[in-house]
Amino acid sequence: MLSRTAANLFWLARYMERAETAARFLEVGGRIALLPNAGEGFRNEWEALLRAAGTSDAFARKYGEPVQRNIESHLFFDNDNPSSVATCIRCARENGRIVRTALTTQVWEALNTAHAELQEIERQPRSQTGLTRLTEWTMRTAALIRGTVDATLLRNDGYDFLHLGYHLERADNTARLLDVKYFVLLPKVEFVGSGLDNYQWVTLLRALSAHRAYHWAYGGEVTAAKIAHFLILNPQCPRALISSVQGLNAHLDRLSRGYGRSSPAQSAARALLGEMAEMSVEQVFEEGLHEYLSRFIVEIATLGACIHDAYLSGDMR
Amino acid sequence: MRISVDHISRYSYDPPVRSVVQSHRLTPAQCDNQRIESWLIELPGGLEGGSFTDGAGDRVQGWTIPGPVSEVSVRVRGIVETTDCAGVLRGHRERIPQLAWLRLTAPTAPDAALSALARGISAADPLALAHALCGAVGAAIAYRPGVTHAHTTAAEALALGEGVCQDHTHALIACARLHDLPARYVSGYLQASEDGSPHEAAHAWAEIWIEGLGWVGFDASNNCCPDERYIRLGCGFDARDAAPIRGIARGGGVESLEVSVAVEAAQQ
Amino acid sequence: MQTFFDEMNDQGKVRPPYARLQEWLAAMPAELRNLKQAEAEALFRRVGITFAVYGEGGDPDRLIPFDMFPRVFSAQEWMRLERGIRQRAKALNAFLADVYDRGEIIRAGRIPARLVYLNEAYEPAMAAIRPPRRVFSHIVGVDLVRTGPDAFHVLEDNCRTPSGVSYMLENREIMMRMFPDLFRENRIEPVDGYAEALRRTLASVAPEKCDRDPTIVILTPGHFNSAYYEHSFLADLMGVELVEGQDLFVEGDRVWMRTTEGPQRVDVIYRRIDDPYLDPLCFRPDSMLGVPGLMDVYRSGGVTICSAPGAGVADDKAVYTYVPEMIRFYLGEEPILPNVPTWQCAKPEDMKHVLAHLPELVVKEVHGSGGYGMLVGPKSTREQIEAFRARLIERPDNYIAQPTLALSTVPSFVEEGVAPRHVDLRPYCLVGERIELVPGGLTRVALRDGSLVVNSSQGGGVKDTWVLAE
Repeated sequence: MLSRTAANLFWLARYMERAETAARFLEVGGRIALLPNAGEGFRNEWEALLRAAGTSDAFARKYGEPVQRNIESHLFFDNDNPSSVATCIRCARENGRIVRTALTTQVWEALNTAHAELQEIERQPRSQTGLTRLTEWTMRTAALIRGTVDATLLRNDGYDFLHLGYHLERADNTARLLDVKYFVLLPKVEFVGSGLDNYQWVTLLRALSAHRAYHWAYGGEVTAAKIAHFLILNPQCPRALISSVQGLNAHLDRLSRGYGRSSPAQSAARALLGEMAEMSVEQVFEEGLHEYLSRFIVEIATLGACIHDAYLSGDMR
Repeated sequence: MRISVDHISRYSYDPPVRSVVQSHRLTPAQCDNQRIESWLIELPGGLEGGSFTDGAGDRVQGWTIPGPVSEVSVRVRGIVETTDCAGVLRGHRERIPQLAWLRLTAPTAPDAALSALARGISAADPLALAHALCGAVGAAIAYRPGVTHAHTTAAEALALGEGVCQDHTHALIACARLHDLPARYVSGYLQASEDGSPHEAAHAWAEIWIEGLGWVGFDASNNCCPDERYIRLGCGFDARDAAPIRGIARGGGVESLEVSVAVEAAQQ
Repeated sequence: MQTFFDEMNDQGKVRPPYARLQEWLAAMPAELRNLKQAEAEALFRRVGITFAVYGEGGDPDRLIPFDMFPRVFSAQEWMRLERGIRQRAKALNAFLADVYDRGEIIRAGRIPARLVYLNEAYEPAMAAIRPPRRVFSHIVGVDLVRTGPDAFHVLEDNCRTPSGVSYMLENREIMMRMFPDLFRENRIEPVDGYAEALRRTLASVAPEKCDRDPTIVILTPGHFNSAYYEHSFLADLMGVELVEGQDLFVEGDRVWMRTTEGPQRVDVIYRRIDDPYLDPLCFRPDSMLGVPGLMDVYRSGGVTICSAPGAGVADDKAVYTYVPEMIRFYLGEEPILPNVPTWQCAKPEDMKHVLAHLPELVVKEVHGSGGYGMLVGPKSTREQIEAFRARLIERPDNYIAQPTLALSTVPSFVEEGVAPRHVDLRPYCLVGERIELVPGGLTRVALRDGSLVVNSSQGGGVKDTWVLAE
């Protein structure tokens, strides 16, 4: 397959995953805004979310105060924000249009319909586009596109490049969200288990649609260690870092088998998974959650560069 | 006359580029004016590409240099036996009809001043006209290196009143074409005279189509027709089209070029 | 008032090829028609066929209007058209092979040398180059107009990269989906063999030194190009890669494409980018769309470019007037399809006639396309004509003029119901080892009442084009 085609598929998936993440941020933010909170009030929440989304500086420059309506504009509609839902869906659709023939009619129609609906939403007065409607639409759209990918796409190398994009982006997004929540909201160990901190963690779980799953998996009290285990090391959790890394491994292995040759990307992914499989949540806390996550984010970025060099750059021999 | 050539072009890239593609017109064609005794092109690290004879009768050779590339060195060495044909190109096989050489390109497009210069010259026959134009261009543009550059047009050089052989040639081509005389740009070598002529050893001149004679060379820089001191490498519509080496680097490195040319009378 | 030949209703009678359509039309109430029209539009939009008009801005996802009323040719009518088109495609290629070689037709004094060798589209870099099978134009689009039952004229030739074939294929696809009964009742020659025929044609002109099943690619300027849909559509139908310049590179004496499994050799490039952008080393140095070194590989026989650079010298509107002469010179035959009488403004006596009759004439730019830069005398105001006259006088050699033709009409669905609208026809002739032509083509229709301009950029639409089996 053309390297550029593979790159378009890879980025199509990354943008869709990124759109979903932006919607999750919005949803959580909106939920928090409905609840009373002690101390510093709601603003901190929104700022933390913006920081997780990596756009707090751009937001401050354009809007100033983080009030809900601006946050909605920024995270959903803003064409200047490279991570807004609108930008991501546009980019995903454009990548899809370029490689139209590498997709099935179903995937293309799902993407094209998403794009048309987005334009429709943008035309409506803001009073009619409630936050819940925006986030639900985004998640439903993302699920639909992913569903058509899984249900209709040929299991060839293009399928692998799409999934590499999905997993890579998800690993990065989850780690960032986790890192910001920990780093910003939980600077002191003695708060662990306190009401405030507990509430923040639950928010995090909600952001990852993992709230109920967590209770099924662990039951009982919400603790930092259990949550960290769930979101980092538990392969049952679809958004756990380890699940994404497993997914990356599975698709890199498939590519190597299909092409009849291994790549440095495959070795790098294997090493990363090997380390995680051996790791306990205690070791994570020993290294420091923030330190661990920072390292993980760098490793994922490095793996992304390896995938680029091995398949997408067009420069390999 | 036997002439030896040793021509080195060294391209440096900083930072190194991903790859380099070149197209060479570096091999003199065999004709009555010149006979190749030996000719060798070296390009360390380069992969020889396709080669063919183009419509102007010149040998074209493609090269690619896989990256990362920080330096490309092209060395041409050879000996050519030349014959003075009074400036007329004889026995050269080519396919492009002379009429096609009337078309203008950006560097040879005339402006009002060039048109005035050309219109000011008239002569009894085309050959005399070509000689007169050659002299007029040489007089209007004084030889002075360093004031013009690779992309200077004939019109710009005339406005400056100074330039090098490339500018003289562009201007002469423009004037000839204004008189409906087909004309073209020739790149080659010139063996420097004993008295140390100031002109470049890697040289350029024009050829003008004179009905009845064929292609006749005119060197406006030296106000003469090419004789046995000239080796003809190739021709084109303008300097870029006739360039002995054309190249494109992939990647953002800054290119610098260092050239050394030695063209001497060979020992018998 | 000028009268026009209508291809369905001629002198109060329905012409035989349209007999069954008469019943079909009668059985279709307005509501059903509107429903079907909406359905067709939804289908087009869903598959993503859209047309962006160069330089007009606006909605890049605009649909080209599709008129459901088909245009029909009888087997006999088509047979004559086909013979005429094949003859023309052959002569045009013979001309190209000749002018880049010895130029016999010019030496024989049958075509003026300056018209060819000083033509903007004549490419000196192609002189002395002999592409495989000596074919220069592999896809020849011949634009035809009709003025009477047996009167067809060639309006112009397209020897570079004629576009629109995707509409020919999609129009048929959509008609078959929406009106399957029509296809049961009428025996209509299929057009869906086009992609395979194109692939076969391209494979047949692989370089001589290609020692295996050739790798074919389509080279597109990119996804911002207005014809990108067509490029990706054809690549998909042929099962070949759609590449941009950046996906290809030259190494050694071959061209390669960048794939996820490393470099893969490319043998035939069906390019949909213009000559000046093909290779920055040979043509425009600022081109970002091309492949550096491509022309050296091509000219040394390492890859085939379709159509050959410089093929445009055969479809130049001034050279057009000499095509009948080419047919006589190279084939020793009389032209089956006549040209439209044409005045060359570069010739003083022609120019005199043109200036005296501007309000009756159509004046076109020699290198223009897409219906831009032209004057339709009878449809223009005094001011427009005078403004055009000034431009014409400034550069006579840039223009040719033709009489305003009484283009035939075909019934079309318009807002008020069914009304005759003017049409033209572009069949696509493939030239490789063999000359192939699928039965049909692209019918363009001027949907504005009274308009003679069928270009999609000027309010034109398209129709499905039927050739009935014998």
